[in-house]
Amino acid sequence: MTKISPSDVQKLAALSALTLTDEEVASMQTDLTQILGYVEQLRDVDTADIEPTYQPHDLETVVRQDAVIEYGVSQVELLKNAPEQADGSLVVPRVIE
Amino acid sequence: MTINEVKAIVSSSSALEVVKAAIERAKADRAHALLELMEERALIRAGEIDEKLNNGIDAGSLAGVPFIAKDNFLTFGSHTTAAAKILENFEAPFQSEAIERLEAAGAICIAKANLDAFAHGGSTENSAFGPTTNPHDSTRVAGGSSGGSAAAVALDIVPFALGTDTGGSIREPASFTGVVGLKPTYGAVSRYGVVAMASSTDVIGPLTHTVEDAKLVMDVIAGKDTKDSTTIENPYDVSATEVKKVGVIKEWLSDGVADDVKSSILRTLDTLKSDGYEVDEVSLPILQYALAVYYIIVPAEVASNLARYDGIRYGVRPGTTTNLASVYSETRNHGFMPENKRRILIGNYVLSSGYYDAYFRQAAKVRTLLTNAMNEALETYDVLVGPTVPTVAFKLGENTRDPLSMYLADQMTVSASLTGMPAVSVPVESDGLPVGFQIIGARGSDTTVMAFASVIEGASV
Repeated sequence: MTKISPSDVQKLAALSALTLTDEEVASMQTDLTQILGYVEQLRDVDTADIEPTYQPHDLETVVRQDAVIEYGVSQVELLKNAPEQADGSLVVPRVIE
Repeated sequence: MTINEVKAIVSSSSALEVVKAAIERAKADRAHALLELMEERALIRAGEIDEKLNNGIDAGSLAGVPFIAKDNFLTFGSHTTAAAKILENFEAPFQSEAIERLEAAGAICIAKANLDAFAHGGSTENSAFGPTTNPHDSTRVAGGSSGGSAAAVALDIVPFALGTDTGGSIREPASFTGVVGLKPTYGAVSRYGVVAMASSTDVIGPLTHTVEDAKLVMDVIAGKDTKDSTTIENPYDVSATEVKKVGVIKEWLSDGVADDVKSSILRTLDTLKSDGYEVDEVSLPILQYALAVYYIIVPAEVASNLARYDGIRYGVRPGTTTNLASVYSETRNHGFMPENKRRILIGNYVLSSGYYDAYFRQAAKVRTLLTNAMNEALETYDVLVGPTVPTVAFKLGENTRDPLSMYLADQMTVSASLTGMPAVSVPVESDGLPVGFQIIGARGSDTTVMAFASVIEGASV
């Protein structure tokens, strides 16, 4: 049975762009161990020669014209929800020192 | 009130009167079903509908009918929060396609309904804004994640509400609150403008008082949309075939099912038998693995879909951030609920190299076996049936400490989600709290499932 350690949780959190408190790490450690323990039962299923299913319908790759579609939403509207913006651009903290 | 009853009142009085009355009921919401009223926009729209009606202009098949949308549908005239702090201030720059189609048919959205944050949950207790309670018993949950939508219909605030169903999020709250909840075939309704959870199973559907009303809503919202390339030819345009053979899923009437649920389902099955339906037990042992498949595939898709919440284009960014990495992590720490974080972590675990084959790919293969088994059963039987949930509505707080026990509530709903099949929960006679009877059909057989749901509805009155 998979045992998840606190450092496993920390590593996953870093991969997920989350920083967890010590308390959160402890509770996630318990929950993840339990949940992954539960889903491990799939190892018992014989899936030799079985193709995986990633989506449930028969559609092949859907294509469209490579043309600009007018969705009727302006740049101003789209930027309205940005936490910080200036001159029609999204503002983020300085990346290059 | 049903949709047709509401339409009759629109005709005899006005859309404005109907909408005003619905807003009054919404203000008296005693279950915390709703997060935000859309009073101003709703009243303006009602006035517009009345003007059309007074001038003899066709105002649509749902003219003046008020409804409520789960707060993961992008709407004008309100915030769209997905019940998560990260989107607390979000005002949609465009509306979801389903809302657009309903508005074009004259329906009027009056409020946004509560949900588990990002639709992660089965009780609406994961909402950042507090849980929705069950209208039948305020100490119990309304189910989830479309708990607010279900409770709003059960409270008769509106004749219908929109929900989303990824692993049972329409059907489970419908079962717990005694309303009809429809999860259509995957791809039947455009998801453009709906907050994504797990893209290979997310569907949109209605919660209503009657099966007929669910059909009336689907007639408006279903069908292809170029803005969502996963949409299919409209299965609601296909004529229903007559149901003769009913397969009762044996594994869903096992010892794990609560006695009150089992007795309601068995009573309904007896009625079907005496009405001349061929009702047989069918054993599908692979179904025991469905929940494990679901809790690998869905967290994997959740982790991917929630990667977009970075606090840059939208979302609440805490003021303490100093560099780009902390913009991401502090926004996400602040904005996600524990269940969101849990699913992101599991998803990134099962997708990470070294674990991908053992978890994600193996789950995707078992998903194939599950699909094959259900398709095969549906060659013999016109529909598969059983309970929607193994229990009636549980107590608030009963499952919040143990995520796995909460997940077990989904064990009978996830199979239709993973296979993309249409499934509906219809309330049946019970001795106490509501019980839902679930009907599942082959992909695209939505109208057949609905026709049979009407039979169940009639049998349990």
